[in-house]
Amino acid sequence: MTIRFDKLGVVIAAIVSYAAFAAPFATFRANRIVPGEARSILDALPAAAGPLLLAIVVGAALIALLKTPLILRLAASVVALAALALLIGVSGSFLTPEGNTFARISPASGFWLLIFAFTLLLADVLTRLNLSPWARVGVLVVAAAAIGLLLVSGSWNSLSILKEYANRADSFWAEGSKHVTLALGSLAAAVISGLPLGILCHRVEKLRAGVLNVLNIIQTIPSIALFGLLIAPLGWVATHVPGAAALGIRGIGTAPAFVALFLYSLLPVVANTVVGLAGVPRAANDAARGMGMTDRQRLFGVEFPLAFPVILTGIRIVLVQNIGLATIAALIGGGGFGVFVFQGVGQTAMDLVLLGAVPTVAMAFAAAIILDAVIEMTSTRRREAQPA
Amino acid sequence: MIEIEGITKRYDATTVVDDVSMLIEPRTIAVIVGTSGSGKTTLLRMINRLVEPTSGVIRLDGADNRSLPGYQLRRSIGYAIQGHGLFPHRTVAQNIGTVPVLLGWEAARIKRRVDELMTLYQLDPQAFGPRYPHELSGGQQQRVGVARALAAEPNVLLMDEPFGALDPIIRNKAQEDLLAIQKRFGTTIILVTHDMEEAVHMGDKIAVMDAGKLVQYAKPAEILAKPASAFVETLVGASEKPFRLLSLGRVRDAVETGAAEGEAIPDDASQRDALAELLWSGRPALPVKGADGRPLGRVTVDGLVKRAARPA
Repeated sequence: MTIRFDKLGVVIAAIVSYAAFAAPFATFRANRIVPGEARSILDALPAAAGPLLLAIVVGAALIALLKTPLILRLAASVVALAALALLIGVSGSFLTPEGNTFARISPASGFWLLIFAFTLLLADVLTRLNLSPWARVGVLVVAAAAIGLLLVSGSWNSLSILKEYANRADSFWAEGSKHVTLALGSLAAAVISGLPLGILCHRVEKLRAGVLNVLNIIQTIPSIALFGLLIAPLGWVATHVPGAAALGIRGIGTAPAFVALFLYSLLPVVANTVVGLAGVPRAANDAARGMGMTDRQRLFGVEFPLAFPVILTGIRIVLVQNIGLATIAALIGGGGFGVFVFQGVGQTAMDLVLLGAVPTVAMAFAAAIILDAVIEMTSTRRREAQPA
Repeated sequence: MIEIEGITKRYDATTVVDDVSMLIEPRTIAVIVGTSGSGKTTLLRMINRLVEPTSGVIRLDGADNRSLPGYQLRRSIGYAIQGHGLFPHRTVAQNIGTVPVLLGWEAARIKRRVDELMTLYQLDPQAFGPRYPHELSGGQQQRVGVARALAAEPNVLLMDEPFGALDPIIRNKAQEDLLAIQKRFGTTIILVTHDMEEAVHMGDKIAVMDAGKLVQYAKPAEILAKPASAFVETLVGASEKPFRLLSLGRVRDAVETGAAEGEAIPDDASQRDALAELLWSGRPALPVKGADGRPLGRVTVDGLVKRAARPA
């Protein structure tokens, strides 16, 4: 029997061997802002756990390296990821000196590389399994539940990022809900105004180039500059329009952040609506008119359902983009997870930066998976629907 | 009855349809033939007002077609187009039920009608009703397209190159189906095509259009025998003429007394098919049998050749 290697497996095995043997697994710091000391897997874990983790990681890497059945690769990646997730918590408690509340233990590059390598393996397996949209959402839910369980169980509590969380639990959830409100609220506003604008652009050809160009230009303004540009007009509105200030509209704060996110969201929504409507088969449109549908019936009965997957793609772009961009809102007092990022940068406390960044990335990732699944569900039935 | 009177359509400086008048008898098939850009599709689309004429009147059973709002008019007229234009996001049954739903029929009546049409078109309602158009073959999609056009029992059916996208064998079958259904429902059909063969085969009358003008409007035999202009002559195809003329007649009309050897040909076959069979088998005569298999006589090469000659 000849031994055959998996192409991606070679990359994974290379990353794993570097991460497991050469890179530090955890970092120990005497307090939250001093530089840390690196600890390898064997140093960072209790006597039995270190070799066990090494064995698991090397075994999983071997499975990835060779051509093996998908189900075995799936098991290897899940087991490796679970072991890493559990043992980084163990390492946290193990490395923290008894009764010391200043010491900070955080995952180091080796840990992150191992996570990356096995996530790559898992993603590759899931792609090759060609899962249905529901199954993909299911995998996401299971992963989220597992992470939630680890968080609730407290096995990660000795890690630095959760120590930062413990200090700011209240403001974490407050900023989190502000972040979500900003991202989803501006998306909703963009959809509510962008869809009719897109339909109008589709129907009135003269408008199309003008509107899309203006939105394109807005898209190219850097976010901080856009915030700056909005201070003057919104400040004017706050002082001159009665009741505006009472609604929370001011030159800085949530209002300009919301408006900026809204403006950035418009282009993808409008452009995808236009493209989606233009992609409706001519014959279907002609038949709809020829059979006596009114313009309205044709829009809602034929054009809109057929353009829907493309419009959803625009909404997906906007949602993922907004979740990330909302971080910047903290710069002008708009709140959101960005608050922790900028505080952390100010205090050179990387753990605090992560406390803002990790939930943002996780939310964007989850939003992308869910909307991709929805898009696929709405478009499968008509995938080959164009007449030959 | 459809009366088209002095219909003209201009886009800016170009005249697409130029002062066309014609009369289409009820329960007949009128075929509009022309090259692309001849204005035939525009003329068709002015009947159900997808295009509004610049001047002229179109009357359906005596009523001006502008007496109703456009969308209501179109619900009363069947419409089938090339590439069928089925709605890809709706099932076959939903597609066929489109106009009845627009007209607000009861659900039970819609279902009855959809099932009836699907059965008529040899599509099992149980099996095909819930499918989506892309799961059907080209021929099935075309049949669904025509069934959809007929769903609300229109008196008039407009068809714009309905068989254009079909391969020759399915196309033949679709033409036969349409003729049978036209006979059954007595629908008045106006069909646009660029294919003279199809026009001769399908039409009770043929309207030839060239550069927006109606060049000739007559029965197929007359178009073949007395083309009104050089353009019609080329469209008919000089070398095809005798065969097209023969294809208009049935064997039963060419039967002579006498007997012949060999396999009999049915009396409802076209004279063109009979001649082809004679030439191919090298025989001077073929026996003819009726629908019940009874021998009726024979057709001869000489007899058919006489019939293929230019009518006096």
